[in-house]
Amino acid sequence: MRLVATYFVGLVFGLGITISGMSNPAKVINFFDVAGTWDPSLAFVMGGALIVTFIGYRLVFRAKAPICEPQFYVPNRRDIDAKLVGGSAIFGVGWGITGFCPGGAVPAIGTGDYRVLTFAASMVAGMFLARWLTRAYGRIKFSAQPAE
Amino acid sequence: METEFTPWLSLFGGILIGTASVLLMGLRGRILGATGILSGFFMPESSTDWAWRAFLLAGMFTGPVAYMLLTGSWAALDVPTPMNLLVIGGVLVGLGASLGGGCTSGHGVCGMARLSPRSIVATLTFMAFTGLTVFVIRHLMGA
Repeated sequence: MRLVATYFVGLVFGLGITISGMSNPAKVINFFDVAGTWDPSLAFVMGGALIVTFIGYRLVFRAKAPICEPQFYVPNRRDIDAKLVGGSAIFGVGWGITGFCPGGAVPAIGTGDYRVLTFAASMVAGMFLARWLTRAYGRIKFSAQPAE
Repeated sequence: METEFTPWLSLFGGILIGTASVLLMGLRGRILGATGILSGFFMPESSTDWAWRAFLLAGMFTGPVAYMLLTGSWAALDVPTPMNLLVIGGVLVGLGASLGGGCTSGHGVCGMARLSPRSIVATLTFMAFTGLTVFVIRHLMGA
């Protein structure tokens, strides 16, 4: 029952992504192409999602715990480090090249389109690469200063 | 290539994305971030941590199918990028979003809604670099 509910949460997300245009790379790239064929639609996606989440989270966090779990699993770090900024910059370059972000591409896997599948497989390879890099070099580069 | 400005559909889609984010927090206490959910699916920490990710991902995959059943046609999917750049860009997205601890959904929606300073910095950073990359490809390289 819990897993069925979780499935439907994914369905709402996937439907929202599809309706919004976030899974259409041409539309995403046009949002960033202010100097060219600009399409401001994605500002409305971000705005709608942020308003609902901002209000909804405040209602949800009034409870001591979520319905199906003993506690909230919310990240509490506040430090800004090179890994956060550098990783985000690398992600931005990839998003600009392809027009696919993870949240846009994952639901689009359901279309079975070979270009989406190619992107998604490459993205997962990048995730494994990140895990490997963090394990290999993490202690030296990334954890030199203790997290607060 | 021009795309149609769709403020109402995009706003409605965004409201659904926000609704799903709130529901996942209320049910399972988790951030709805595509990067974290996907990498946790392939590199799970425990068997109990895996199942909810699998069901959530299955729900996401059926999103475009539900759209097709509701409207009678598949949503627009225009990919202007050649295959070799899809591979390179895909690796960069997976690598960068993992190192940066999230993407548009995790940092951009869930983290920003929590006013997390890390998420605000991450979102501003990747938005800036995406815009810069699009500008370089389209206007300096003329692709």
